[in-house]
Amino acid sequence: MTAAIAYPPARPGGVLEPCPARPHRELALRSDEVPRDKVWLVVVDPRGDRAPRLERFAALPRLLRAGDLVVVNDAATLPGSLPGVTADGRGFELRLSGPIEAGRLDGVLLGPGDHRTRTEHRAAPPSIARGDRIAVAGMPATVLAATGRRVELAMHCDGDALWQTLYAAGAPVQYAHRGERLALWSVQTGYAARPWAAEMPSAGRPLTWDIVLELRRAGVAVAALTHAAGLSSTGDDALDRALPWPERYEIPRRTAEAVGAARARGGRVIAVGTTVVRALEAAAGDDGALRVGSGVATLRLDAAHRPRVASGLVSGLHVPGESHFDLLSAFAPGDQLRRAVALAAQHGLSAHELGDACLILPGATT
Amino acid sequence: MNIQGQGALVTGASRGLGRALAEQLAARGARVALVAREAGPLRDVVAAIRGRGGDAHAIAGDISDQAAVHRIAGQAQGLVGEIAIAIHNASTLGPTPLRLLLDTECEDLAAVLETNLVGPFRLTKILAGAMAIRGAGVIVHVSSDAAVEPYPRWGAYGASKAAQDHLSRILAAELDGTGVRVLAVDPGEMDTGMHAAAIPDADRAALQPPAQVAARIVQMIEDGVRAPSGARLVAPRWDLTP
Repeated sequence: MTAAIAYPPARPGGVLEPCPARPHRELALRSDEVPRDKVWLVVVDPRGDRAPRLERFAALPRLLRAGDLVVVNDAATLPGSLPGVTADGRGFELRLSGPIEAGRLDGVLLGPGDHRTRTEHRAAPPSIARGDRIAVAGMPATVLAATGRRVELAMHCDGDALWQTLYAAGAPVQYAHRGERLALWSVQTGYAARPWAAEMPSAGRPLTWDIVLELRRAGVAVAALTHAAGLSSTGDDALDRALPWPERYEIPRRTAEAVGAARARGGRVIAVGTTVVRALEAAAGDDGALRVGSGVATLRLDAAHRPRVASGLVSGLHVPGESHFDLLSAFAPGDQLRRAVALAAQHGLSAHELGDACLILPGATT
Repeated sequence: MNIQGQGALVTGASRGLGRALAEQLAARGARVALVAREAGPLRDVVAAIRGRGGDAHAIAGDISDQAAVHRIAGQAQGLVGEIAIAIHNASTLGPTPLRLLLDTECEDLAAVLETNLVGPFRLTKILAGAMAIRGAGVIVHVSSDAAVEPYPRWGAYGASKAAQDHLSRILAAELDGTGVRVLAVDPGEMDTGMHAAAIPDADRAALQPPAQVAARIVQMIEDGVRAPSGARLVAPRWDLTP
């Protein structure tokens, strides 16, 4: 989640002025939601000393080259916030942290209240232990494991009833910077399939089908993988420090082949979202070729990591100090990123996860 | 498309043509999500398919309910994985006995469009993007000869099906080259509860059994050459190959 500061100047339009770099303590990005077809794209070329520049997100096909490959995460967002109660009647909120398999739910518990209270200020959840019987959305469950507020639950109902109740009672996980309830449809990408993501793989939100089809017309291939994007905050410092937790992913054969073909023809691989980077890096062998099938991504990206598969990244905007900023540092030097954030701030862009975006790609500004 | 191992979704699956389609897709190895408004009859159909070794799941939901459509799609993909085959079979005639257009309440026309046109469109919007990004999928709109012939008293239903036929053609044109096939299929007259509601005094012996029509539609799903994207096919004229 972003620690963004409200910043209300007018949206950019017309000619953009060159922007001097400013110290990051002065950076201020808005934190409102931007309509999918109104998203701005800060374009960063990490080579040399090129200035970042601002484009409409719809310009993406022009910024890429024939032969490039764009890889998206097609995980749909779960209605992962569910009400629950212990056997002795104490209430809690369960937030799912990953996909549901064989009637097993993984997640974290929060105390009574809702998303309008900042996660770290929420009341502590009732303490539960392995073997406890509890109820989630009225469904009986047994606690298989509990580490602090992190839990694994076995549900005692069949799959059809579990999914029916989950979608009837659940809501998307959301945070205090956004007061009103998000509708389930508002946190899905235009190509979302299996509900694996605890939070929206939001970098792909502005990818309308107009843009996807235009990319293909321009000779840019588009392929999907599925990555179970997890929670970005748990309300518990110790747990938060270990984020992101291991996340499940799946690489279709078609996508592994598309990556191989792009590399063979000298095309660049552009990951849409850090979850795609995580899956690609986890699935890559030493030679950079992708293993087809499913796996669990455990690596943590930072400035020291040199991505083996992705040359570039489409992401939301992140300010220095956020964990996501470190992640972007794997693709561009910190100075370049600070200049990009300064440009975004100067033009009143939004760092909300449903806000504006950036493209970090060698050669993107030439 | 090879149906074996694919995720499929069928609306209106608790009876008639929808039930027959779900049964035959499951018999060919698809993992099938069956959608219908009433949970009880749906569970019986699912139990019967599972009893024959099929992979079937029940989703109770009303396709005309805006809030329900994302739940239906999410449950389906949670249960059977990515949907490669989506069959829009659920539809409503509106109030029966059927009425002349000038005797049709505007609200009834709107309700018919909601169930037969807008609801399926909402579901397609969710499912077709995932198909197109992966490069494979089949979307079937169950149509009617009432979409083409101006039968008196079939105004609301006929207009909804004509609109859906055209939506099907335009969607096919827009998704050309993505690997997604979009079909409209006129099943012909079938011995179903819907037919009985529309034409109570019909000679049932002259009507096709739904299973016979379903077998043809399943072949259309499999055969991208004889059933190309954008086609409007008439089931009784489809040569069923063994």
